[in-house]
Parts: sequence; structure tokens; C-alpha cells
Amino acid sequence: MGILDSKIPSGPLADKWTKHKNDINLVNPANKRNIDIIVVGTGLAGGAAAATLAELGYNVKTFCYQDSPRRAHSIAAQGGINAAKNYQGDGDSNYRLFYDTIKGGDYRSREGNVYRLAEVSGNIIDQCVAQGVPFAREYGGMLDNRSFGGVLVSRTFYAKGQTGQQLLLGAYSAMNRQINRGKIQAYNRHEMMDLVLVDGKARGIIARDLVTGEIERHSAHAVVLATGGYGNVFFLSTNAMGSNVMAAWRAHRKGAFFANPCFTQIHPTCIPVSGDHQSKLTLMSESLRNDGRIWVPKKKEDAIAIREGKLKPTELSEEDRDYYLERRYPAFGNLVPRDVASRAAKERCDAGFGVNKTGEAVFLDFAAAIERYGKEKALTSGIKNPDKTTITELGEEVVKAKYGNLFQMYEKIVDQNPYKTPMMIYPAVHYTMGGLWVDYNLQTTIPGCYAAGEANFSDHGANRLGASALMQGLADGYFVLPYTIGDYLSDDIRTGAIPTDSTAFEEAEQQVRDRMEKLMGGSGIHSVDYYHKKLGKIMWNKCGMARNEKELKEAIKEISELRKDFWENVKVTGTVDSKNQELEKAGRVADFLELGELFAKDALHRNESCGGHFREEYQTEEGEALRDDENFKYVAAWEYKGEPKDAELHKEDLVYENIELKTRSYK
Amino acid sequence: MKLYLKIWRQKDASTPGKIVDYTLDGVEGDMSFLEMLDILNEELVSKGEEPVEFDHDCREGICGTCSLQINGEPHGPDRLVTTCQLHMRKFSDGDTIVIEPFRAKAFPVIKDLIVDRSAFDRIQQAGGYISVNTSGNTIDANTIPINKYDADEAMDAATCIGCGACVAACKNASAMLFTSAKVSQFALLPQGQVEATERVQNMVRQMDLEGFGNCTNTGACEVECPKGISLTNIARMNREYLSATLEG
Amino acid sequence: MSLIKSSLARKYVMALSGLFLVTFLILHVTINLASVFSPDFFNEASHFMGYNPIVQFLMQPILIIGVVVHFVMGFVLEIQNKKARDVSYVKYKGSANAPWVSRNMIYSGLVILAFLALHFYDFWVHEMAYKYVEANPEDPTRYYHETVEKFAPFWRTILYVVSFVLLSLHLWHGFASSFQSMGVNNKYTVGFTKFAKIFAVVVPLAFAFIAVYHHLNPITH
Repeated sequence: MGILDSKIPSGPLADKWTKHKNDINLVNPANKRNIDIIVVGTGLAGGAAAATLAELGYNVKTFCYQDSPRRAHSIAAQGGINAAKNYQGDGDSNYRLFYDTIKGGDYRSREGNVYRLAEVSGNIIDQCVAQGVPFAREYGGMLDNRSFGGVLVSRTFYAKGQTGQQLLLGAYSAMNRQINRGKIQAYNRHEMMDLVLVDGKARGIIARDLVTGEIERHSAHAVVLATGGYGNVFFLSTNAMGSNVMAAWRAHRKGAFFANPCFTQIHPTCIPVSGDHQSKLTLMSESLRNDGRIWVPKKKEDAIAIREGKLKPTELSEEDRDYYLERRYPAFGNLVPRDVASRAAKERCDAGFGVNKTGEAVFLDFAAAIERYGKEKALTSGIKNPDKTTITELGEEVVKAKYGNLFQMYEKIVDQNPYKTPMMIYPAVHYTMGGLWVDYNLQTTIPGCYAAGEANFSDHGANRLGASALMQGLADGYFVLPYTIGDYLSDDIRTGAIPTDSTAFEEAEQQVRDRMEKLMGGSGIHSVDYYHKKLGKIMWNKCGMARNEKELKEAIKEISELRKDFWENVKVTGTVDSKNQELEKAGRVADFLELGELFAKDALHRNESCGGHFREEYQTEEGEALRDDENFKYVAAWEYKGEPKDAELHKEDLVYENIELKTRSYK
Repeated sequence: MKLYLKIWRQKDASTPGKIVDYTLDGVEGDMSFLEMLDILNEELVSKGEEPVEFDHDCREGICGTCSLQINGEPHGPDRLVTTCQLHMRKFSDGDTIVIEPFRAKAFPVIKDLIVDRSAFDRIQQAGGYISVNTSGNTIDANTIPINKYDADEAMDAATCIGCGACVAACKNASAMLFTSAKVSQFALLPQGQVEATERVQNMVRQMDLEGFGNCTNTGACEVECPKGISLTNIARMNREYLSATLEG
Repeated sequence: MSLIKSSLARKYVMALSGLFLVTFLILHVTINLASVFSPDFFNEASHFMGYNPIVQFLMQPILIIGVVVHFVMGFVLEIQNKKARDVSYVKYKGSANAPWVSRNMIYSGLVILAFLALHFYDFWVHEMAYKYVEANPEDPTRYYHETVEKFAPFWRTILYVVSFVLLSLHLWHGFASSFQSMGVNNKYTVGFTKFAKIFAVVVPLAFAFIAVYHHLNPITH
């Protein structure tokens, strides 16, 4: 097992978590008052953890770069949150949710962690309802559910298309209650610049006040990193502009292993890039694939004509259209999992069948759904022999009721009416399954440094199912971390406050100051965005939806060169000691430039295709992913050794005691 | 298209600011308003000038970070969108666009177009929550059925993104729509009833302390709200506060 | 004073005092209309109002307090609201999101206040002087011709009519708005708002009609 001890409790799967909770050490309430915890990041995981830790009696300090915890990017999650409540009575159970999640993750996650996730999922819903989260309800007053890709039951709870927002505001309100009680001190518009280790333990952070530019020292007995994913390494992603890897990467450089960095989820239904000015990508909910049919023209000349605006997609006859998902995956059709749908779209566009001006888009067509719903509605409304216009009108009404807000959003951005002409969509980077390696207690390889939510690697394996990110963030934050952290902190009840005038803090602060001076001292040729965009292009082209050995090797080289160029030639305007968004970006991009290289290295070493990681060399004859359980059934945890390309690999073998490994098939 | 921009520049909270003129060429209709500013900033950086600082994050209209008073209206001339969702096709070649920060005494300018909206956080901290223990010892979620109509209305109120457009639009810089949205969400749900009296009193007290103006029912907030939060929420808060006051 | 400490309480005070003044307007316009249709009834009613102790010593002070409270609170609110935006916009497009009347209540209010000063001088000061300073005997028939004579000058009639237009604008926003302030906004609100707007036109129009009618029909004896 090497130096990675996952600390999965022994015993039957269903009893592990209960047993673990009974076995671990606790801190008594009086002593909790003497213990400080820093939580970096205030999204679902961080906000929930901060609230519960404060509730339990610890002194909590929270940090976020946004102007308020309510702005964390968890807020953008649309679809919903899974929970094995079985309210629909359709045979759902903790085991089924556990199984779906492991299978969806293409057998690259831990059984123990995932089962615990399923086990506490129901409690999340109870908790959120008690907090006043306005989940959707049925006419009888009970909670409503909908279904999502990759599963056979209806277990997704939702609040319109804004589930993430409502859950985040729930966690934010729980935080507010603790702030009002004085148990949480919130440091907003603050960025963690480095982690401070004292005698090998995480004992604090160096933070920058983003308004004044001041560098501050903050000490604590433990540090929780809940800083989200690193999708912005691709520059264009559905992440927020500010989402970054800095906190996790700083911890990595101080000794926390980084696990499975190449496991990235590319979401199939996003609004395509419209030009070089594009700053970010917008997701269209997965639910659209329930009724939309995905296609490209069969003939290349038609695709070209459409691209040039000479042909309208609606003018193309049925026989000239290629519904490639229905063609390739007759059983699942348009509802194949995200990774499969994304790759199929890329394949068609690479082959020259893309339909927007950049050639990187496919159609998502609702005409068939509109007609089907229209006919049905005409029947139920008692209209005999309806004409085509009536059918279309009625059908559009039904589609509007189901997806109205999404259609409106699309029209605002693209300026086309998706009721009349098919939507154009293309895959975009959406979520990162990889992250800081953590054990069952969510502790990283640095004692006292914890990671929660998307920032850790733990639960989704190589691919995440829809509506599971919210579940994991809240499970980690509300129900897992607040207990498991007590096991570590029970040794600290006599430690007393951690002084911030130690050499460890001094050195860390000096390093931060030096780094910023260095960033400001570049010769000043190119802007920060210039480098970020360049990095993004390398990542997207060579570490994106399909990867191969040659290009990954090129990527490692190119990124390393780009990084060197960056440190020599980046231009950062303004001053260190004031509000400076360019400097903020520069620090983040500097870390992306290191992570990107490790990402490529990880992708290069994993000689198999699984989940979101697709290596062109490892595919079946039909072009499906070819997993290699014999050689790669492990978590790849990388130890920092200076340059990212020198990182040392540690393997945590994945043990499956309750599930039989199978090849995923959606044919 | 070519645009004439008049942008408020201000070094920091204590230095007076002023409008500075910029001309920007090559703007396309498909760009979002913030992408247009990105291009301006890229030009400024390449000239060695400090870029215009503005708040933004998710760029998909949900985080509430972006602000900007554009030609005299918060989030610009389009309706039901935030600035990040406003597209340049709403403007024409040769237009002059005045860009200012949201203005209110309770929203002091930090730099350029960035304002401090922490007053909103403090209003929420005063009572915008239900006091439940978050460590999970709760009753089953379906124990209390909630009328769908009430749940939907609570959801409509809860969609507030806390951007501050209501304050920016209001001639009195009043924060009633923001505050009432949270009061309403909980007033409509059975879970919120227990603390209803204290909640509305504490939140209104904090709102007043922050220095927001009074509501004179002009309705500007409702029109400019990117999420379409309704004025009925303010009426509901007035009602809640009245009954809380009468109860003592 | 606790009443004006909270922003919401200030709204209630504005709304309630405003609604009270609206009810007074109904009474006022009803009696005044009599001056057009039935001078005798007008005299009778006026005399009753002028000499009934309940009206004179209870209702009249309440009315004056109502007027004072409404105006004082209006100024207090206006000053506070101005302070809530200490740096004003370079460009502020109020017309894009709110009607003119709702944004300019202070101006319509100020004109009405100025009008009230004239109106008090015209009628109330005269009444007080007649009754208490000069201590004239009661004369239940004097009201009609006194009123009509007041509208003989063209300038006064015009001032009155202009003021009634502003009153109309003030009511157009204020009447319906007072219900929102008191927390009433429900399915009846659409209907009620229509009623309030009709009221806002009809009542001032009636006042203006009375003024113009008396100006055009002087007593010729």
C-alpha cells in the first residue's frame, strides 16, 4: 500500500461509517472552544463545513476570494441533487445509489467513500428542508423528483433550474447564523496565498486582502480546503472566471498529494464558442437531452453550406441528417452518459461535420419533440385532425413549460429562436473529478490539512454522474468532515492558540511576498490572459476529450516552455499593495501552468481509457473506451518534487469487495 | 462596431473618481458586455495602463457578482439579465455608453466600478436563516407537506442573487426588495414561522443601520431586477413587520 | 419617536396619514359639490362643520395633525433618501423603470403644500378671524356667497386648478401605494389600483370643476 493509507474502516460496507463514527476520538464541547479551524472556500462543501464546525463549538475562520460566500460557484449548478430517499417507491436504496455512482465513475473510486456518500444523502435533503430550501413539490405537498442520466430511478431533488443556488444559499444562511453568533469570522475578498506548516502539521495560511493588498497571517489547529475544481486550467470552461487551483496547488507544493488530475468531465451540452473574445462557456442542462435529438448533416457539403449560412438546418431533409448518437448507441440513444456524448460530438466535428462558423457545434433539435407533444396535446384537448400549425403551437407550449428558462437563456446568448431552429451545442469542460488525495477522514497527506467537495478526488472516480456534485459537497461539509476532523483535533486540546510570529509563518509570508514581487517584475510583453488562453488551447487540443501519447508529450513540453515564458515576460500592471485584479489573475495562472503539466503527465501515464479520460490508443474497434483494470485499478497520487514533470507517483490500489467490475456498455 | 465609452475611474475608496473617455473599436454583437470590457482592458494593459476593475465571476447570470450602471440603468437596457448576460447586439455602432458603479451610501466604491456590498451580508446575518442545527439531526423531509403554490412562491422569492440592482435602480437607494425577498421566502414556509417575528425585526433594523433609503413604491427595483423578484414581497414584508410590531 | 425610527414604520405613517387625508378629501368634495347643486345644503353643512364642537375641537385638530405629520414625514423621508445616495449618478435613467409621478411625489407634495397655505389663508384664517378674533355672531347663510366670491379673481381660480392637477398626480401614485405600504398586495390589488387611479382623477377634477364653475357663475346681486 505504500505510504497511502486510505483508512477505510473494516467490516461490512453498510456498517463502515457507523462503526468509524463510534471508533474515532471526539473533542468535548468545552475544549472545542479552544480550537481554531480555517476553512478556505465557502461553496457547498466549505460553507456547510464552516457552519457545522461552528455549530459544534469550534472557532472558525472562513476565507473566500468572492465578495460574499453566497457567490461561490456551487451557485451555478442547475439540475439537482441526488438522494436515496426512495420517495417514489421505485426501488431506490443506498446500495443502488452507491452502485450507480461507482459504475458511473467507471470503477475508479473507493467503495467505502461512495457508500458513505449514499448513506448520508437522504439526511442532506432532511437538513436542507429544515433550513428552508424551497425544493420543488408535488400538488400533494410532498417533494418532487426527476431522473437524470445514467440511472434507472427517480432520485434527483431540485429547485427549478437553480438547485445549486438554493442549496448554497442554505449553507450561506447556516453560516450567517454562526457569524451572527460570533462563531465564524468571515474573511471575504481574501485569497489564500500559501499553507503554513509548523512541525509538519498544517497550522495556518498566508492570505492576501484583495482590497488593500495586505498580506495577513492566520493560524489555526487545522485547515480545510474546499476550494473547488481546476477546470479553468482550460481557460474556457463552465467554471466561474475566478475559480482557481491556487489553494490546492499551494498545499500540493507543501506536501499534499494530488490525485488523478487528468480525470476531467467534459459536459456535452454547452453553448458553443462564438469567437476569440469568448471568456467563458455556458452550460445547458443535461435534462434537454430527454427531448432533444442530436444530429449533424450526413454530407460534408451540407455542413459547409450551413456553416456559411447558405443553408438553413430546417431545410435539410430527414435522410440527409445523421443522428449519430441514435445510430451508434441504439439502446441509450441521446441519453448516453456525458463522456460518451461529448466524445461522439467531437468525433463528428473533427470529421468536418460541425455546423457553426467555427465548425465546432452540433445540433440539438426539438422539432420532433414539439410535434410529438403537439399531437398529444391536441388529442387531450379534444382537437380532431389538427393542422400542422396548431400542432406546432401546442407542442411549443409544452416544451416551453418544461424548458422555457433554458430556451430563453439560449436565445439571449445566441440570438436565435430555439423553438424554430435547432440549438447548437458543443462539449465544454465542466467538472474535475481529480483533486487533492484524501483518506476516509478527508485528510490530505499533510496532517491537519483537509480537503472537501470538488477540491478532493474522493467519490466520483473517472466520471461524475449528474446531480452528484451537490450531494458530495454537502455530504463532506455537513456530515463527514465535522466528525472526522475531531479525531485529529483531539490531540490538540492542550495546544493553545497557534502563534503567528514563528519562523514558519515568517518564511511562508516571505515566500508569498517574493513570489508576488517576481510576478510584478516580469519584463512586460504579454498580459496574463494571453498566457492563460495559450495554456487553455494546449490543454483543450492535447489533453481534452481525446488524448494520445504523442500529443501529451508535446503538451508537457509546451506547457513547461510557456511557464518559463510567463515568468520572464508576463506583464502585470498596478501595484502589489492595492486592489489589483491583474495580480490576482497572474497568481492563479502561474499555478495553472504547473498543474497543467502534471495533468498531462498523469494522462500520459494512465495507459487506458476510463470515464472522462480517453486515450486514443486504448479503444475498442467501435471506438469505445477500453479500461485496463489489471494495470490501472488504482488512484494515481502525485507527490511534488520541484518541477511538475518530476512529480513522484504513489498508487492507492482500489479494492472492490462488493462490486464486480464490468465494462460499461450503452449500445 | 465602434463605441464611445465613458467609464468611472476611481483609484480607491478615499480618492475622488471621475469619468474617463475611451474609444473602442472592433466590438461584435455576439460579445457579452463584460467581454467588451475584457477587450478594452487587454488594450489598456498592452499600453501599460491600469485596466478598469469591475466585479464579475460566474458570467452566466447566477452568482450576482457583476454589477455596473450602464447608461443610467443597473445591468443595462435589457430586462431580466445581469450585465454578464447583456450582449453587445443591444447597442449600435457609434453609441456612447456611460458605465458607472452601483451607487448608494451603503455600497461604497472600492475601486473603479467595484463596490462593497457587504451590507447585504450583514442584513442576512441579522436573521436571514432558520435556526436549525446543521449536523443532521432533523426529521424526515416529507414529514411536513407544503402547499405547492406556497413552495413555488417561496422559490420565486429565493431566486434573488443579491446583486444590488434594486438598490442601484431605486431613486432612494432602498434595499427593501432584497430584504423582503428573504423575509418572504421564510414567511411562506412553515419552517420559517417559529422565528418570523424576530427575523423581520432584526433584518429591517440592520437594513436601516446600513443607511439604505426608504421605499416609496416607485417599482423601479422590480423592473430592473435580473431575476424578476416581485414587489409583492415588499408588501409581505410590510405585513410581517406590522404584525411583528403589534405582537411586540 | 419610535414610530419614525424604523424605515417600515415611516412607511406606515405616510400611508396611514395619506389615507386619512384621502377620506377627508371625500368629505370635502362632497360638501363642496353641494355649493354647485344646492347652495342651501352647502350652507347648512358648512355651518355644522364650523360650529359643531366635535368637528371644531376634535376632528379639526386631528386633521391638522394629519396634514402636518404627512408633510413633516414626507420631508424627513426625502432628506433621508437623498442621503442614502451620497454620490449621485452621472447618468440616471429613472424614466426607464418608474413613472414620473412616483419619482416626484416630493414636488407634487410641495405644490400641494403651497396651495394649502393659500387655501388656509383664503378660508381657514378667515373663519378663525370671523369667529374668534372679530367674534361675529353665527350666520348660517354666509358660506355660499363667501365661497363663490373667492373664485371671482381669475388668478386664484387658475392657481386652484393647477394645484388640483398636482393633487391628482400625487394621488395617482399615493393612494394605491399606501396599500402596498400597509402590506396589502393580493389578487384584489389590480382592481383596487384601478379604482384608486379613477379616484385620483375624479376627485381633483370635481374640485377643479367647482372652482371654475364659481368663477364662471359669479353671484350678481
